[in-house]
Order: sequence, then structure tokens, then C-alpha cells
Amino acid sequence: MMDFNSAIDLGPHANFIIAAYIGVLIVVFGLILSTMLNAKKQKNRLADLDAKGIRRRSDK
Amino acid sequence: MKKSSSATEQTLKKMNWFDKLAHPGQFLKWSKYLVLPLTIITILLFTIGLWFAFFNSPEDYQMGDTVRIMYVHVPNAWLSQFTYMAMAVSAIGTLVWRHPIADVSMKVAAPLGAAFTAIALFTGSLWGRPTWGTFWEWDGRMTATLILLFMYLGLIALWKSFDDQLRAAKLIAVLTLVGAVNIPIIKFSVDWWNTLHQSSSISPSGIAMPPSIYIPLFVMMFAFTFLFITLHIVGMRTEILRRKADALERKSLNQNEKRG
Amino acid sequence: MSMKPFNAILIRDIKLASRSFGDVLTLVLFFIMIGVIIPFAIGPNKMLLASIAPGIIWMAAFLSSLLAIDRFFRADFEDGSLLAMRHANISLSAIAFAKLIALWVITILPLIIATPILAMMLFMDFEILIRTILSLLAGTPALIAFGGIGAAITVSLKRGGLIAPVLILPISIPILIFGISSIKANAGIGVESAAMLFLIAISLLAMVFAPFAIALALRLDQE
Repeated sequence: MMDFNSAIDLGPHANFIIAAYIGVLIVVFGLILSTMLNAKKQKNRLADLDAKGIRRRSDK
Repeated sequence: MKKSSSATEQTLKKMNWFDKLAHPGQFLKWSKYLVLPLTIITILLFTIGLWFAFFNSPEDYQMGDTVRIMYVHVPNAWLSQFTYMAMAVSAIGTLVWRHPIADVSMKVAAPLGAAFTAIALFTGSLWGRPTWGTFWEWDGRMTATLILLFMYLGLIALWKSFDDQLRAAKLIAVLTLVGAVNIPIIKFSVDWWNTLHQSSSISPSGIAMPPSIYIPLFVMMFAFTFLFITLHIVGMRTEILRRKADALERKSLNQNEKRG
Repeated sequence: MSMKPFNAILIRDIKLASRSFGDVLTLVLFFIMIGVIIPFAIGPNKMLLASIAPGIIWMAAFLSSLLAIDRFFRADFEDGSLLAMRHANISLSAIAFAKLIALWVITILPLIIATPILAMMLFMDFEILIRTILSLLAGTPALIAFGGIGAAITVSLKRGGLIAPVLILPISIPILIFGISSIKANAGIGVESAAMLFLIAISLLAMVFAPFAIALALRLDQE
């Protein structure tokens, strides 16, 4: 964070700017992570079911 | 078994191109090829946008460096409304065409919209503190955005309180459209109320923007919009898979019961 | 469409409510109690209470009707009479409209009748009281209409409870805004009458369109 600050001068309100971007970062990464984890979870569920021999007629 | 699969092929052939694209199974097939390109475009746009935002844009002569907050605030404020629009269009799809893909689209959009709206409020208040001198202002736009967040959260809560997701989709579609009709009324009433009680707050929208601010802003708008599209499509794929897995689990439970 | 079945439903609902008089009384008590506990929270200052009295009365009416939402269609849904009404010689939207009017009569009208009690305890001017009652008369139909939509959407949820109010509250904010603004005399010339017109417009539109939304939700729910 210190490097970031010295690289470009964000002026007197640097704290607000950094806090805003960190907040955005947390929410956006949270969204991406939860989307990815959920996708993985459902794929695993289907794979488990498939391994048990439970599958739909249409997708062999 | 062969008979049934050819039967699905037969029905697929009879459908028009739109129904084909929107059929959940077909959607899974063609959307697979979109995820990677969309992800790459999103990452590229964010890289360019953030580079402009931090290293290649001047500070505004009135707002100073806090103008950089705008590059994340405005795109999310736009997405908070765009996502509701997408949800309302999906709601029409659910009610008029009874299409399962519209249900899925509506359900996945709600948490995304809530997140974008929350970001818009958060960055707005951090922008407001240096420019207005306060984190919260009962300003028309901020208040309307807060109400929009409540609407998203209410819809999410409603999705969670139904067990039967097919029934939930139809009822939530009705509520989503009722909300869509009311959003302009809410906006108007809140603005009207605000002008009644206004002391004198400076609205950042009244300030003319030089092109050096437009460029990063537009790139960031596209970056966040593509982020939404990417997450929405991946989320829809996941939701379809989840429903498939649920249906299979139910089926195997039923079979076990019959055997036992 | 003959008016007979419409009137029959209206009269039936009002009769049912008068038989369960306890429910109406509870709601009125709740309404009055909100107004009574506020002086304990902010102190018995006469000037202050008089100036915020319209707001308190509107909030009390708002909360009371939101809390009553859950009962709107539940009894009819659970005993199957809602299903039976669908086979009557009348459209479901007309039934919904009749029920909305009945709901207004059995939930809101008692509150409006009880308003002078609150006005007295909150040191309200007579003129302001009249304005408040007029604004409640103009705005509460919209409140009932929105409440009806929320009730219709959540009627099949066993643990509905708080969800309908949470859904309806955000979209009801304009009613509150225009309701209060139509009372306050010091807001500026023409403001009150403008607010009153907006309030009436919202109520009329809500009463016209809500029955269709309610009918749609009830029909979709029973598919």
C-alpha cells in the first residue's frame, strides 16, 4: 500500500479513494469467488451422481 | 433409451432458432464457448480502465483526486439499474413465454444487482465525504439507490423462502414487474421530497467533464458491464446444473423408495 | 358482468371481519400504541409532538397495515374458498378488487376513525387533523393495493410472516412521502395540493392495476 501511495500522489483524500477501491475489490472478488465455487460444487454433485450411475436419459 | 434421445432431437428440430438457443440443454452447450472470451475481455477492459483511472487521468479541478472514485461509482450505479432492467425483461420471459431460462436468468441476476447497488452506495458515500462533507446525504439519487438495494434484498429473500423454485419464479416475476413499474415513481417522489427539504448540496452531476475523465469512465463502464455479463452467464450455467442435480437426486430417492 | 357476485364477496368479507371483531380491535390498539409510545421515546414536549404528529400518525397507519398484510388472503387460501371463488361466475381480478375494498373497510377505516384519539394526545391542531384524515383517505387505498400484491405473492408460504411487509415497504415509500407532504402547511405554496394530487393518482392507479397483479399471482400460485 505504501508503494502504491508513493507511486502516484492521490492528494489529500487518498484514504477515501483507497478505501473505495478496496471495498470494490472485496465485493467483486467475493462475487467472482462465490460464482466459481458454486459452479465447481454443482459440477462435483453431477459428477458424483454420474459415478453412482444416476443420469438423465437424454445425456448419455 | 435410444428412442427417447432421438425424440428430444426431433423436438429440437421443430423449435425455431430462439427456442433452440434458449433450451436449457442447448444453452449449456453454446454458452460454454462464451465464458473464456468474456473473461478475457473483462480482464482486458479492467486493466486498461484501471491504468487510465490511476496513471493517465488528471485530477479534476473541482473535485481533485476524488474524481477517481467516480470511475468505480458511476459504472456500479449504472449496473444497479441495468441489472434490474435485465431482471424485468427476464420476468416478462417467465410470465409470457414460461421459459425456464428466463427463471434462471432472473434468479442469478438478483444477487449480482444487490452487490452492484451496494458498491454504488459504498463508493458514493466515500465520494460524498470529501465533496459534500458527509457520508450520507438524503439526496434523491442516493436515497433511490438505497431503496433499490432493499428491493433487491427483498427479492433474494423471497427466492430463498420458496422451496419450489418453479412456483417461486412465476410469483417473483410478478413482483419484479410491480417493482419495475414503481422504480420511476419512487425516483420521482424521492427527488420531489428532496427538493422540498433541500438545504444546498452540490450534486456532482452538474459538473462538466473534460474528455480525459470520459475515457477512463467509459472503459470502466464497459469493464463492469462485461463483468456482469460474464458472472451472469456463468451463474446461469451453474443454476441449470444445480437444478439438474436436484432433479437427479430426487429421481434416485424415488427409485430407492420404490425398491425399498 | 353483473355486480351481484362482486357485492356478495365484498359483503361476505366485511361480515367475516365483523364476526372476528378481536382482530380489528387488536389492529386499532396497535395503531394507537405506536402513537402513545413515541412521547415516551422523545419526551412530552408539546411543540415537538405537535409538529411531528402527522408523521407519527402516518407511520402508525403504515406499520399497522403492513402488519395486517399477512392475513389478507391466508384464511381464504387455506380453507380453499379462494379456489372455489375461481369457479364463480366472475373474474379473479374482480374478486381481488372486491377483496381490496373489503380490506380497506376492515383494516384502514377503523384506524382512520381512531385517528382523533391520537391527534388529541399528540396536541394536533384541528385543521391539521382534518388534513391528516384527508391524506390518509387519499393514500391508504394504494397502501392496501400494494399490501394485497405482497399478500398474494406470499400466500402459499407457510412461514410468510415478515416477508410481505419487507417486499412492500420499499415500493410504498412514495405513498408516505406524498401523504406527509399533503399535510404540512408550511412546505410552500401549492406543495400540499400537488402532493395530494400525486397521492390520489397513485391510489387510483394502484387500485386499478393491483387487482390484475393479485389475480395473476393467485392464478400462478395454484397452477
